[in-house]
Amino acid sequence: MLEYTEKVLEHFRNPRNVGKIEDADGVGKVGNPMCGDVMVIYIKVKDEKIVDCKFQTFGCAAAIATSSMVTELVKGKDINEALNITNKTVADALDGLPAIKYHCSLLAEQGIRAAIEDYRKKKGSDD
Amino acid sequence: MIYMDYNATTPTDERVLEEMLPYFSQEYGNPSSIYSLAQRARNAVEQARERVAKLLNADPREIIFTSGGTEADNFALKGVAYANQDKGKHIITSQIEHHAVLNACKFLEKQGFPVTYLPVDRWGVVDIEALEKSITPQTILISIMLANNEVGTIQPIKIIAEIAKKHGVYFHTDAVQGVGKIPVDVNDLGVDLLSLSAHKFYGPKGVGALYVRRGVRILPFINGGEQEKGRRAGTENVPGIVGLGKAAELAQREMEEEEKRVKKLRDKLEQKLVQKIPEIIVNGHPQKRLFNTLSICVKYVEGESMLMNLDKEGICASSGSACTSASLEPSHVLLAMGIPPEVAHGSLRFSLGKFNREADVEKVSEVLPPIVEELRRVSPFWEG
Ligand code: FES
Repeated sequence: MLEYTEKVLEHFRNPRNVGKIEDADGVGKVGNPMCGDVMVIYIKVKDEKIVDCKFQTFGCAAAIATSSMVTELVKGKDINEALNITNKTVADALDGLPAIKYHCSLLAEQGIRAAIEDYRKKKGSDD
Repeated sequence: MIYMDYNATTPTDERVLEEMLPYFSQEYGNPSSIYSLAQRARNAVEQARERVAKLLNADPREIIFTSGGTEADNFALKGVAYANQDKGKHIITSQIEHHAVLNACKFLEKQGFPVTYLPVDRWGVVDIEALEKSITPQTILISIMLANNEVGTIQPIKIIAEIAKKHGVYFHTDAVQGVGKIPVDVNDLGVDLLSLSAHKFYGPKGVGALYVRRGVRILPFINGGEQEKGRRAGTENVPGIVGLGKAAELAQREMEEEEKRVKKLRDKLEQKLVQKIPEIIVNGHPQKRLFNTLSICVKYVEGESMLMNLDKEGICASSGSACTSASLEPSHVLLAMGIPPEVAHGSLRFSLGKFNREADVEKVSEVLPPIVEELRRVSPFWEG
């Protein structure tokens, strides 16, 4: 079994913010070309602030843990702040990932960006 | 702990270990030396050779000890390829072979030996028609595994051997997953070369053998001293070889009973999981399958995450998911069987053996359904 940190295991076994947001303001669906995993991130935005964030992930323990962590990290953040979150931020928040699992944390970064992009697109067409 | 990964490796049987022990620090003679200490080691190696030969219904002179299954496979493929290149260079194998065979073939391809990788059907059975069609006058070797390590499907080895014989082509089978589990008789099967590995049937790691039918043209694989009649140089791994011999002897005596017992457990596990978990697929041939192997695909979830949760409950199993492999590619076996990559992603293999009991089956079938349910709750594809 891979050497995961306690934090990764904890988030993997008790993932936060699992599920869909039915009336989400932005949805980001990203896939991992490396191994075929899929992550969907839903955000609810109010006054350019992410007030809620949920995820669904089909992937390994690292993918689930990074999804869970990224939802925690962006909640309550300004959109622009959220855009500063990189895969490294997420991995660091989990006390690191095994080298072979770094690509999984990319999904989390891309997922949140895709959700924000989607939100902006929708907002643009609303106005 | 519940160990259900016997196709990966098995614990060394206590009786095997006991027979090996003196050969480390008491009977440590080099079998090539003259004195009686060495003679005793030589005798022990020859007794082991007889035991292995007996298990396979072969002649002891046809058994060459190796460092394991991978070496035996490499020896067979490269040894036959290079010894027979005056006749031709074409090799036929299948898409579902173990990497020991597949990567030896890829190596040979780079050395100018064209290789045909035969497709399999959805059960993982090699396409016999395609096999016969792919034989050309240049074909020198066919290598098809006896039983697949991931899904357990058993190949029609006898039929393939007949075809090979008809065309005057050598036939090697990687029987690493078969020997010691099910009866394997080289004469009944009609194979020319066969690989086996001790640690797959309660022998030690680091030792195996290649059966080479008398008269088969093969080059030595490791050059050096005169050990193994010059076909495989290097001081013999005496304790390991003794262990392999003992494991062969025990297997021969006990495999029938063991098959009956373990098959019941495997079938029960299969039945329970199919009953309790919606949308799972059982992989491999429904009948022609190793009695101890249960490979399933659990849709909408990924294998590594299931393994992690099983491990937490003390259950050892394996998966062909891309996320569990260093190459990040899903199992080539499942893909060759036509299973879509996202389904192969959710593959789990339970391979049972000697120390599994009814209670283990109960525990696994209790523990897995909620694990799957929880992971499906997280999955974007599950609409349950
Ligand atoms: S998502 Fe496949 S390895 Fe992590």
